[in-house]
Amino acid sequence: MRLAHPSTVDNLVEIGDLHFAYGPRTILKGINLRIPRGKVVAIMGGSGSGKTTLLRLIGGQLKPTQGSVKVDGEVVHELDHNGLYRMRRKMGMLFQFGALFTDISVFDNVAFPLREQTDLPKSVIRDLVLMKLHAVGLRGASNLFPNELSGGMARRVALARAVALDPALVLYDEPFTGLDPISLGVIGNLIRSLNDALGATSVVVTHDIQESVKIIDYIYLTANGAIVAEGTPQEMLASSDPLVHQFFHGEPDGPSPFHYQSRPYADDLGLRSGHG
Amino acid sequence: MVDGLLRAVRLVGAMTIDGVWRIGVGSRFLALILLHSGLSFRRFGLTIRKIFFSGVLSVIIIAVSGLFVGMVLALQGFQTLQTYGSTEKLGVLVALSLLRELGPVVSALLFASRAGSAITAEIGLMKATEQLTAMDMMAVNPVARVVAPHFWGGVISMPLLATIFSAVGIFGAYLVGVVLIGVDDGAFWSQMQEAVDFRYDIVNGLIKSFVFGIAVTAIATFEGFDAKPTAEGVSGATARTVVTSSLVILALDLVLTAFMIKGWN
Amino acid sequence: MERKVVDFWVGLFVVAGFAALLMLALKVGNFGAYSPKNVYVVKAHFDNIGGLKARAPVRSSGVLVGRVDAINFDTKKYDAEVTLTMDGDYKFPTDTTASVLTSGILGENYVGLEAGGDTENLKQGDVIKITQSAVVLEKLISQFLFNKAQENTSDKEKK
Repeated sequence: MRLAHPSTVDNLVEIGDLHFAYGPRTILKGINLRIPRGKVVAIMGGSGSGKTTLLRLIGGQLKPTQGSVKVDGEVVHELDHNGLYRMRRKMGMLFQFGALFTDISVFDNVAFPLREQTDLPKSVIRDLVLMKLHAVGLRGASNLFPNELSGGMARRVALARAVALDPALVLYDEPFTGLDPISLGVIGNLIRSLNDALGATSVVVTHDIQESVKIIDYIYLTANGAIVAEGTPQEMLASSDPLVHQFFHGEPDGPSPFHYQSRPYADDLGLRSGHG
Repeated sequence: MVDGLLRAVRLVGAMTIDGVWRIGVGSRFLALILLHSGLSFRRFGLTIRKIFFSGVLSVIIIAVSGLFVGMVLALQGFQTLQTYGSTEKLGVLVALSLLRELGPVVSALLFASRAGSAITAEIGLMKATEQLTAMDMMAVNPVARVVAPHFWGGVISMPLLATIFSAVGIFGAYLVGVVLIGVDDGAFWSQMQEAVDFRYDIVNGLIKSFVFGIAVTAIATFEGFDAKPTAEGVSGATARTVVTSSLVILALDLVLTAFMIKGWN
Repeated sequence: MERKVVDFWVGLFVVAGFAALLMLALKVGNFGAYSPKNVYVVKAHFDNIGGLKARAPVRSSGVLVGRVDAINFDTKKYDAEVTLTMDGDYKFPTDTTASVLTSGILGENYVGLEAGGDTENLKQGDVIKITQSAVVLEKLISQFLFNKAQENTSDKEKK
């Protein structure tokens, strides 16, 4: 393994030499990473660098073309349907746009995993749901419907739903996208505090630096389907690596080019001879 | 010229292959639904909600259409039967047309456009907004939790709707034929009773509508589940549901009628 | 929507569906549309009733005055015994003629009544004595052909 071990404690997620392709389009080319228990780890990178794909591979929604993802010692893609579902009960996932069930209320959304996965009596479920909603500050909104919520509130409800079953691993897919600065801070703090309160492990896929560096223990930076750098937020911010520097300081051009691969500009505009 | 022809041939070939492929995938999907149907019956409340969604919400259009179809049948039938001086056969004509053909077929076509498209749109939108993925990540099988209840809700609703359609249609024919035109009341009913057989007409009609219900909801749920997770994807899938199920209904009707017609003689 | 409301509407829907089925089964199987309050039942014997069916109308001068209630075969007289349910508002003399008639050429059969001159009226359980059987088209035609043939042969004999 090329990359250094971030921590010596037991790893909840271990990814080894992971390759993935949608047909001929290669997305991931040999990812290696470890996510230690109890930590909040960010997977960062520009749009289209395969971060979300990586998250889906951890959740078992996609099968790798090569390599493997191990969660809690089990190889995800080798599990059968029941095994996969057994593993997913230990996982919570926050989707980019919340993915709340639009035809049921906030309360029912948070109660959904509890009702489906447990045989708890109604009163217990009610208490648990209100506790989770209280944790995200939305106990008062339990009777609202998803279309009555603001973006930030919907994200918090989705967060309450993701942690309803007290999962060991919480996956966050772009939790900061499209939020106002206040909601951004709220979600950031919630990710950290829920992780510590539940004793869970969190994987945050994001490209938001401002917010994530405040709450994150360790960062993996991806580019072009591979891990290009890793380290604590402080290490990353101080890094002299040009690509890391470009990403963490938001420079428009650098090793990661502004232009998508293309023919020379003059060719496309027909300024060279041989073009009409 | 040759090029264009070649392209046309290729296009037809591709469409045929795609069609056969869809039939294959669709059949496998139906098998998947049946395999994951346990939950729909263990927690029948889920299915009841879907009966509301596809059955109850379709009652109005089915009943109103049935009334009009029955009325028109009575008007047309009367005009034709008058030529042969056998207007008292109006009840027979209307009842047999409705019970054997129009009830099951027209109500299935209406069901496809009212409930089928709604099922496709709902499942397609749930997919587009990642609700199905979210469910799957919560270790809840979306086929068992969402698709199968939709399927069974539709399958249960369809025969009920077809029966309502036929009953309202006969009532409409009674209104026009007996009340408005003045065909003899007793003859209208008694001739109908003479000609209509419970087993061969009413039960066969129910069997037809049951089969149509399976076809329409299977197509609708498949198209929704298979839709591209975009606005165009969902709208395209909705349109395909209506077109495909309409064609399948008419084709199945031909096959079923051919099987049943022996009993009518 | 509230679970109870959904359940209610679905329940109503299922009831409506089964009511429709019941209506189809019963109305199509047996349905008495013509039911005057006070009725009396009379019987009539016919040699041949043609296509007369139960619940066919009974008319006098074209007016509906009753319905055919039942048709049985009388094993003693070897003819058809037709039970007529008559509207109590219409009284007929005892020497009324009952005939099996056809509306139009190919139409339904019905029972036509022609009143006689008797002062006494038909009562519950009476039997109409004067009856006229249905005209059977086949018999009519064969009779016609037979007569024609006979005419021809007698013509030839004359020559």
